[in-house]
Amino acid sequence: MDVLHIYQNNYLIVLAFLLLGILLPVVALFLARLLRPHKPSKAKYTTYESGNEPIDDARVQFNVRYYMFALMFVIFDIETVFLYPWAVAYDKLGIFALIEMLIFVFMLLVGLIYAWKKKVLKWI
Amino acid sequence: MMMQELLASQPGPVNFLIFFIQAVALLLIVLGFVTYVILAERKVLGFMQSRYGPNRVGGRLGLLQTFADILKLLVKEDTIPDKADKKLFILAPGFAIVPAVMVLAVLPFTEHFHFADIGIGLLYYFGIAGITTLGLLLGGWASNNKYSLLGGARAAAQMVSYEIPLVMSVLGIVLLTGSMNLIDIVEAQEKVWFVFTQPIAFIVFSIAAYAELNRVPFDLPESENELVAGFQTEYGGFRWAMFYLAEYIYAFAMSALAVVLFFGGWQPLFPFLDFIPGAVWFGLKFAILVFGLSWVRATWPRVRPDHLMEFAWKVLLPVALANIFLTAIAKELIQLF
Repeated sequence: MDVLHIYQNNYLIVLAFLLLGILLPVVALFLARLLRPHKPSKAKYTTYESGNEPIDDARVQFNVRYYMFALMFVIFDIETVFLYPWAVAYDKLGIFALIEMLIFVFMLLVGLIYAWKKKVLKWI
Repeated sequence: MMMQELLASQPGPVNFLIFFIQAVALLLIVLGFVTYVILAERKVLGFMQSRYGPNRVGGRLGLLQTFADILKLLVKEDTIPDKADKKLFILAPGFAIVPAVMVLAVLPFTEHFHFADIGIGLLYYFGIAGITTLGLLLGGWASNNKYSLLGGARAAAQMVSYEIPLVMSVLGIVLLTGSMNLIDIVEAQEKVWFVFTQPIAFIVFSIAAYAELNRVPFDLPESENELVAGFQTEYGGFRWAMFYLAEYIYAFAMSALAVVLFFGGWQPLFPFLDFIPGAVWFGLKFAILVFGLSWVRATWPRVRPDHLMEFAWKVLLPVALANIFLTAIAKELIQLF
């Protein structure tokens, strides 16, 4: 029973930090709201563009590069998710798991090399 | 002792309240740290550039300078541009600061002074810290400003790219320890620190950590001389302060994490020096790493965006991967003989 309680309490601490994290900006911004002046004028609410009149909307179409890097990120991030439990349990799994993981990573590495050759990793 | 009893007791609102008060106490320490590390950084930068740094408010050392800055931010008028997406604009600093506070929960400072002792400590740190990227991207998008958008997109691209080498570099340590619990990792370094057994991991980790913190030489998301202030261009007052605070809380957390992972946490340098308390050892190592942040800022020029991205994928990622398998094979070989 004790072990379970210790486990639950430790995650309760995490929840306490979550609540604190949410309260911090809320309280700080509330305090600032009480203290700060409020003198609106039209010019204050324009978008900053080095003193020029803003031209068009800022939300323009994106270079597809960003998308490719996001895709690469998803692939390799999932790989790390697999690698972590493997690393933790490595002592019990032994050499067979090492070879299996080498094969798995090798396949992803082929993907990286392919992306490299296709010049996806080049930032323009 | 009391803490042990508390942890073993039935979880409930009273426990939660006690934990919350403890969390507030830690946050106050961290805020104190942030206040003075900002001053210390300005002083160090001043010293390295042959000038004085802040020396007007609070005596010759400028001890009250940061407090004056905070007060200024507190009474600053709040402006949200008309064209901005108001809801997201308000939400974005929250997405940056909440994870920053949350990662503090798992950092062990000494044998007795630690908070959540959870089995997945290391994974928790990286998982939660990754959410901050969303805050920066959201802030850049919601501002509807060209500089902000570019800064936010750069921040996202950079932080996701460097997250992979960062997370992979520490896998060698997990392999050697067989645990993701940060306290276990410190205890595994009783004889040798991991910085000596995992030097490649340490190099990859430090480079990726600087990039994750958006620090010089990887401060492209805010690069002030091309993007004004990047994703935070339209932010002011306390909304902006939340981004800034998140950045410095991460500087605190990442330095503490580096001490825990590579420099043996509260363990002494040599076993015969263990009469010095663990807190002093931790503080000493921590202070050196934090000084390193300012030192690098004063000496290194900013890298180019294309070099930055290619470096993460073409150099750091393969090196980090190689390190994992090098460690695993070395471990097998040691067992063999």
